[in-house]
Amino acid sequence: MTATAAPAPPDEQSDDEALPLRRTPARKRLVPYWLLLPGILWLIVFFAAPLVYQASTSIQTGSLEEGFKVTWHFATYWDALAEYWPQFVRSVGYAAVATVLCLLLGYPLAYLIAFKAGRWRNLVMILVIAPFFTSFLIRTLAWKTILADGGPVVGALNALHLLDVTSALGITEGHRVLATPLAVVCGLTYNFLPFMVLPLYTSLERIDPRLHEAAGDLYARPATTFRRVTFPLSMPGVVAGTLLTFIPAAGDYINSELLGSTDQKMIGNVIQSQFLRVLDYPTAAALSFLLMAAILAMVTLYIRKSGTEDLV
Amino acid sequence: MEHHEQLAPPAPAAPLSADELRAMRRSLTTGRLAMTRRSLLRAGGALAAVAGGGAALSACGIAPAGRTDAALTVDHSPAEKRLNFSNWTEYMDVSDDGKRHPTLDAFQRRTGIAMTYTEDINDNDEFFGKIQAQLANGQDTGRDLIVLTDWMCARMISLGWIQPLDAERLPHARANLSAQFRDPAWDPGRKHSYVWQGIPAIIAYNVRATGGRRVDSISQLLEDPQLKGRVGFLSEMRDTVGLTLLDMGRRPEDVTADDYDAALARLQKGVDAKQIRRFTGNDYTNDLDKGDLAACVAWAGDVVQLQSDNPDIRYAVPKAGYMTSTDNLMVPSKARHKGNAERLIDYYYEPKVAARLAAYINYACPVDGVREELAKIDRTLAENPLILPDEEMAARSHSFRALTPRESRVFNQKFADLTGA
Repeated sequence: MTATAAPAPPDEQSDDEALPLRRTPARKRLVPYWLLLPGILWLIVFFAAPLVYQASTSIQTGSLEEGFKVTWHFATYWDALAEYWPQFVRSVGYAAVATVLCLLLGYPLAYLIAFKAGRWRNLVMILVIAPFFTSFLIRTLAWKTILADGGPVVGALNALHLLDVTSALGITEGHRVLATPLAVVCGLTYNFLPFMVLPLYTSLERIDPRLHEAAGDLYARPATTFRRVTFPLSMPGVVAGTLLTFIPAAGDYINSELLGSTDQKMIGNVIQSQFLRVLDYPTAAALSFLLMAAILAMVTLYIRKSGTEDLV
Repeated sequence: MEHHEQLAPPAPAAPLSADELRAMRRSLTTGRLAMTRRSLLRAGGALAAVAGGGAALSACGIAPAGRTDAALTVDHSPAEKRLNFSNWTEYMDVSDDGKRHPTLDAFQRRTGIAMTYTEDINDNDEFFGKIQAQLANGQDTGRDLIVLTDWMCARMISLGWIQPLDAERLPHARANLSAQFRDPAWDPGRKHSYVWQGIPAIIAYNVRATGGRRVDSISQLLEDPQLKGRVGFLSEMRDTVGLTLLDMGRRPEDVTADDYDAALARLQKGVDAKQIRRFTGNDYTNDLDKGDLAACVAWAGDVVQLQSDNPDIRYAVPKAGYMTSTDNLMVPSKARHKGNAERLIDYYYEPKVAARLAAYINYACPVDGVREELAKIDRTLAENPLILPDEEMAARSHSFRALTPRESRVFNQKFADLTGA
């Protein structure tokens, strides 16, 4: 990046005398690049280099004692996929459900904040962001207390016989919620809800309220106004929000670790266990790349489909 | 039949019209397909990037775990009265105001060694990942003394990353180490390590959740229908599989691959039947306390703590025997202050000091002759067999065989499959 800016074209040097006023000093022209430099260095050191390192690790073979050598062993990818596809599918499924739930919960909330909250707007915004003041881990552990077997939530669900229904559907287990898919999805939804609400709010807030009035003047019912005016205009927020929710949710492993059981392990748990416990670095790296590729493919497809090339 | 022959010949056979040919030529020479100097350069650049990328990929790789010659590390202890001690969180006595560590303070006063005490170990695997690169490259980790669990100690000693200790400088430790811990297979004669605390893995249960029933065997954990979905096992492979092996009448000290598979098959049945709720790390204490787990495999130190807050928590030592793992003090290679570290190890083997520590952290004390000292501090603790195992109890204690790196990989992989990841 810096290289493209460094050499000043020679002809400009010779024209120096002739056009003294039009010449911008080299130092000045370089300023934007100097300003970019820290960011670029940061990306190289903390993003590009680790990525190359991981890519290399994924095609190595060996063991901790003998060391790992690059043997271009691409079969690791296939083996990892063959072994862990259920966790892959599960991760995508849980993340998708959590994203839809976030949208269903987050849209009315963002709408409320943007149009109806009035002087409470700032307070409600703070309430949305407040969970970030405590650690992710603590927040997730709190859900273990909320959903405890003997707790009021599960008690109420049991009294209403709702858990019988969800058990029949296979999303809970007996008369409990913890250590079931439902608990993991609840945790994911809760933890990533602010990532949905904030972009939705910014795009809703930008809508001129006079457009609503205009729609009303043209005899549009509120539902029609929402369908034809508000929702299309908030699409950038919807797209940004779903991406910000789906991508981290698909790679998350804390929720499944704490709220799930053996049958709810996600791909993040597998990567963690391969890296730290089994010490099979190539498989772990290959899984990371497969996850990245899968998410990238899905996101590209989604952006194409939703026709929003410019996010927000 | 006849009209078929009147159909136009298939499209590909049609020759290109003159216009089409011209358009094609144009696009090849001046259009997007044109090969200009710029496009050649760009292609060359892409090729170079691919080749460079390939070179970058193969340049990576992880060096074999080099055996740093630990014996040759220079000890700076005589000149530098300093010591960097890394330990697990909440693994040290704390003064009433929560700010000081009385036993550590006393050590610093007595020896004049300035100590940096850091609680930066939360997980054996994670910590290993943290210091591995430095040790593999023969660098100082900045830590003179670390505390890790036995199987990780075994790995690090076999990798040659641990300095041998000087027995001459450890008179108390040599004299007072409990017989049970004297000669582990992975460190014969305790040449590299000394026990910080013993960690018995036993069965704990919540009588409120079990409806007053006693739970005292792994078989019961795996089969009792009343416990279905409320049984926990530890995600620590050796404790969970070791207890299961004992319950099957096999010795974890000489576990074979077949034994291991049999134990895992038994646990797998518990998972498939939804008998086992979760495999847990430290977070099981909360579940047991609330009764979400009715019974589980638990670490004795946690049980002592839980019992002091919740009278419903009971424990049982399985008749078939129980597992005791140990956390051990070690000096990593290239550490600058081995002599100071040895003084600290020896200090904690003085019965008075060991008693003060045991009274606070409630794990199994590895030091002989502590009972009288501990009784002075707290009589009930001194009589608790989980902290000071009596002979009958110690005889039932077992430990897992030291595994070869290959075995350990295979066993860990199988255990990971059992736990779902």
